[in-house]
Amino acid sequence: MNAWRIARLVAGKDLRIEWHSRVLTNQVLPFAGVTMVIFAFALDSDAVLQRVAPGLVWLATMFSLLVLVQRTFAVETDDGALDALRVAGVDPRAIFLGKATGLFVQLIVLEIVLLFAAVVLYGQTVPIGGVVLLVTTAISATCGLAAVGTLYGGLAAGFRGRETLLPLLTLPAVAPVLIGATRAVEAALGTAGAVVSDGWSWVGLLCVFAVAFGVGGSLAFGPLIDE
Amino acid sequence: MTTTDPRPTSEPTDARPARRGTGTRGTRVVGIAAIIAMVWLVAFGLGFSPEDRDQRESVRLLYVHVPTIWLAYLAFVVTAIGSGMYLFTKKKSLGWDRLAGASAEIGTVFVAVTLVVGALWGRLTWGVFWQWDARLTTTALLFVTYVGYLAVRRLGGTHEQRARRSSVIGLIAVLEIPLVHWSVRLWRSLHQEATVLDTDGDVDMDGLMLFSLFVGVIAFSLLYVWLVMHRTRAMAMEDLLDDHGLDEALAARRAEDDTLSATPEPAVDPKGAS
Repeated sequence: MNAWRIARLVAGKDLRIEWHSRVLTNQVLPFAGVTMVIFAFALDSDAVLQRVAPGLVWLATMFSLLVLVQRTFAVETDDGALDALRVAGVDPRAIFLGKATGLFVQLIVLEIVLLFAAVVLYGQTVPIGGVVLLVTTAISATCGLAAVGTLYGGLAAGFRGRETLLPLLTLPAVAPVLIGATRAVEAALGTAGAVVSDGWSWVGLLCVFAVAFGVGGSLAFGPLIDE
Repeated sequence: MTTTDPRPTSEPTDARPARRGTGTRGTRVVGIAAIIAMVWLVAFGLGFSPEDRDQRESVRLLYVHVPTIWLAYLAFVVTAIGSGMYLFTKKKSLGWDRLAGASAEIGTVFVAVTLVVGALWGRLTWGVFWQWDARLTTTALLFVTYVGYLAVRRLGGTHEQRARRSSVIGLIAVLEIPLVHWSVRLWRSLHQEATVLDTDGDVDMDGLMLFSLFVGVIAFSLLYVWLVMHRTRAMAMEDLLDDHGLDEALAARRAEDDTLSATPEPAVDPKGAS
């Protein structure tokens, strides 16, 4: 079996597990929603909320990413499934790609909901001209997030203290995504007078990030989980 | 961070004539040189070098601030090299891993010193402790990244597991830092004009100041080498102690098993007599 097919199988398996357990819809999405609401409590002002809404969407995404990563690797380690995959001689790069793809799909769903929440709760509007930039940003940023999440999730999987280690490793690493994606979305939504053309240089950064961590992660994943 | 680890001294309880402490002739020479260089630095930094026209006495923080961050960069490069050597050489020598770990620990401490000294200096010259400037932000993230690396080293497991995991992270950090720096620089350059940070615009530095800075670099380099030598050896001893402790526990457990199985056995068959 070639690596792509294995990756598709792993991703499909993850998504089926999620679909049946409904953790994304029952826990992660509500968690992200609550985050959006408490941001509003903390930044008690409509003008401020409108200004910082793109950043808050991505912050809520990052926090949810941590939850999702833990979840996606808890599924593997609980029954020793990751070891079983390795024993079966599955290419670790394929596992990495598969897990990252599963995470990517879940994150995209989450981002759509969060963007919708920003429209409703923070009074954002999505101009037609910014839609292409918005979609490209979401896809490139999410690729990067999924790659970093899978890499560090795989590292921390199966160790005591992983709940605390994961944020410590992940958040500094995804700082470029937070910066880039927030600016790009600001440009797409026209927050604080930003224009759409400003956003594309950030998309470049997000793409480089995604490729770097995609390649680096798939190479590093083998040594990391091979214990 | 203790350089003279207290544990190794308690180690030579067994028959082997183990070396006491982590000092050798080499470390002593480097250590004494480091002390002399530090005294030299204090003399030049606080005494001989002139005060700055604008920044007055506070410019003397330069002699700690700049050498520590340079040495921290060097330390992280050494960490990356150690990690790469562990991962990509045939003979997976734990020595490389310990060098990487020791270097990262000391680098992290040096970055912390840079940040603290920089914050104090910032308060004196800019009026604030912190500026969301590209270089400051990158340095802060650098610090957090290596704190994460050190946390990975403490995850537990065998020495080989620790080495493999941490060398991967040590190499990924090298990938991470340029990306962070790039994004932060882009962020700040879009947001605000060149910040107050052009305080280092006095490149036409006074000759004596430049010399004092040079002394600082030498002093901190020696300190770094000295600390890394000690720390690497202390880590080797810790690993040895771990292995030794495990061996002892295994032996104790086996002895326990033997005594347990020795009692019922004679009742079953005569083989227990042995």
